[in-house]
Amino acid sequence: MLRQLEGSKAVAETVARCRPAVVAAYPISPQTHIVEALADLVTAGELAPCEYLLVESEFGAMSACIGASAAGARAYTATASQGLLFMAEALPNASGLGLPIVMTVANRALGAPINIWNDHSDALSQRDAGWIQLFAASNQEAVDLHVQAFALAERLSLPVMVNMDGFVLTHAMEEVDVPEQAEVDEFLPAFAPAQWLTPDDPVTIGAMVGPTAFTEVKYLMARRQLQALDAVGAVAAEFRAAFGRDSGGLVRPYRTDDAEVVLVAMGSVLGSASDVVDDLRAEGVAVGLLGIGCYRPWPYDEVQAALAGVPRVVVVNRAIAVGAGSVLGRDIRLSLPQGATVVHDVVLGLGGRPVTREGLRGLVVDVLADRVPADTLHFGDLDREAVDRELAREPAGIETGDPR
Amino acid sequence: MTTTLYQIGTFAAGNRLLDPALRAVQSSTERGNAITSGHRACRGCGEALAARVVLDAASRATGGRMVTVNATGCLEVFSTPYPESAWQVPWLHSLFGNAAAVASGVAAALRATGRDDVRVVAQAGDGGTVDIGLGCLSGMFERNDDVLFVCYDNQGYMNTGVQRSGATPPAASTATTRAVGPSVGNPFGTGKSLPLIAMAHEIPYVATATVADLHDLEAKVVTAMSLHGARYLHVLVPCPLGWGSASAETIRVARLAVQSGLFPVFEARDGAVTATTAIRAQVPVEDYLRPQTRFDHLFRGDGRPDVVAALQERADRNIARFGLLEESEETP
Repeated sequence: MLRQLEGSKAVAETVARCRPAVVAAYPISPQTHIVEALADLVTAGELAPCEYLLVESEFGAMSACIGASAAGARAYTATASQGLLFMAEALPNASGLGLPIVMTVANRALGAPINIWNDHSDALSQRDAGWIQLFAASNQEAVDLHVQAFALAERLSLPVMVNMDGFVLTHAMEEVDVPEQAEVDEFLPAFAPAQWLTPDDPVTIGAMVGPTAFTEVKYLMARRQLQALDAVGAVAAEFRAAFGRDSGGLVRPYRTDDAEVVLVAMGSVLGSASDVVDDLRAEGVAVGLLGIGCYRPWPYDEVQAALAGVPRVVVVNRAIAVGAGSVLGRDIRLSLPQGATVVHDVVLGLGGRPVTREGLRGLVVDVLADRVPADTLHFGDLDREAVDRELAREPAGIETGDPR
Repeated sequence: MTTTLYQIGTFAAGNRLLDPALRAVQSSTERGNAITSGHRACRGCGEALAARVVLDAASRATGGRMVTVNATGCLEVFSTPYPESAWQVPWLHSLFGNAAAVASGVAAALRATGRDDVRVVAQAGDGGTVDIGLGCLSGMFERNDDVLFVCYDNQGYMNTGVQRSGATPPAASTATTRAVGPSVGNPFGTGKSLPLIAMAHEIPYVATATVADLHDLEAKVVTAMSLHGARYLHVLVPCPLGWGSASAETIRVARLAVQSGLFPVFEARDGAVTATTAIRAQVPVEDYLRPQTRFDHLFRGDGRPDVVAALQERADRNIARFGLLEESEETP
């Protein structure tokens, strides 16, 4: 049933219907509305049995989830930005121990300078932590991805991070269909861990592994991630069969047939981007869009197939790898045959700067008019005057040119 | 299996002259043996001894319905070099600083899934407790989560090579507080008492103990497991490697720490001290310091009688503060 709901509220209700046994969370903007709503549901007894731990930090939140999951309980937390970094030590621990924790990240920039608004630098900073990373394009998809995330996590014994853009999605009111309890119960069986901490069958979990076996453990982890590639698609297909709508999956190509140029992006910007594609297609410009739904594991084959034969690709990066360029753009480049496609690596929308329909349209137009450089990082919405003013104040002798 | 027991004193763990009801878990061949033989602890390791006694006692007190959470550190490293494990109890290790939070999560999971007959014991060294683990531990305390957290305090980062921790006593020479040049080792006026910090959270039970009195240690574990909520047990465990004491002297050094007054043994309920273990035969701190090479610099050449006197003052303050020379209020 469609209801007018805030994204955070919709996600909280959905998570509750996934029946987590333990929720541990620490407040951080813009994740707060999710954990507040969940606290209400637990306090009111609408989510029972469930233990809600009001922890002292995000490190404590992830650690409590690790303990809960290892003890055989479905565990959930949510965070953003600095909070994700504060739990960074525990993230590869959760994945290394194979614990199917589900976490919402309300994507937000990393400081300094401190900034509470949306971009993807938090999640992308943890790209190698061994977590499956899904990105929601809308609040409906955010809702649906949480149901899929628990199924995926428990099927693979891997933790899953559901990314939804901070404020843009978390605080947006729009029509959302939150799956009914019975539907979720049907889709998501009770958590049946392969191994857990119990006196009935004492096991040692988290032993020290030295050079004799460490590589093999990591190999098996890498292999598990490849299995996850199959599982992400499979779970999305099952979801479509059960709920009758398309959500999730590895990639989402949109009107890429015969495209002269394809935009590639993740998250809520896909909404505006598809409007731009429709507008330009209506004007006879052959533009397409590729949405990345699963960032880790990285869907090499699907990306390559979706972009095969496309002469130009414009990657919309909502994060920057300072000193190296882009994050998403590099993965796109690595997925394409050498020299087959010109990749325009564009940084847009850092720290909450809006990525508008007009801005994206202008970008595509500029690319087609050869006004955007290829193979260098392009700051698509830079206030050049502000930068020049600051550069003029710098002492002479350290001139370096534009960052690449 | 037979266990050889030695008669070494009235309160020794193996004393079979005691009333059967007061006998130690370790005096029984039926004990659980939470950490079995073959692990890689150093000879004379106080932590290995304490951990076995604590977990065997907790195991018996809970009828075996117990799981353990372990911080990174010596105990984790020497007990689980893959593919071996010395643990005969369910055991989970996550990270260095998060044992308390992991244990809170385990306890929450057990409650939520209707298995709260299973109890949770978390354990860490002093680094994982008083320093890197303090945030999570304080959180576990203030939420009054149903966990017994045990700190095996060997007063330094022994696993990484004997560096100073917040539990290292003044004047101890460590790898990061060397007694070189004019330095007397770890500076005075630093460090913290985790038992007192724990008491400030007004949790149901806080106790200190040492490996010199295993019967007392067991009794405190049993008391702790008879209670619910956050409980904290701080056990002094000499480290022959880090302290420079003879491996055969671990028990004696621990006893001297108590008898000198440097390590007060007490129990506290809801934030107030309820029992102290009286010093049976007081010794000057020098008797405790001399068998440890980490204090060698205090006795070399002319020595540093001023520093020894300052340490004696610390012991005297403990004795006054906890009434350690008064009649024992200890419960049997």
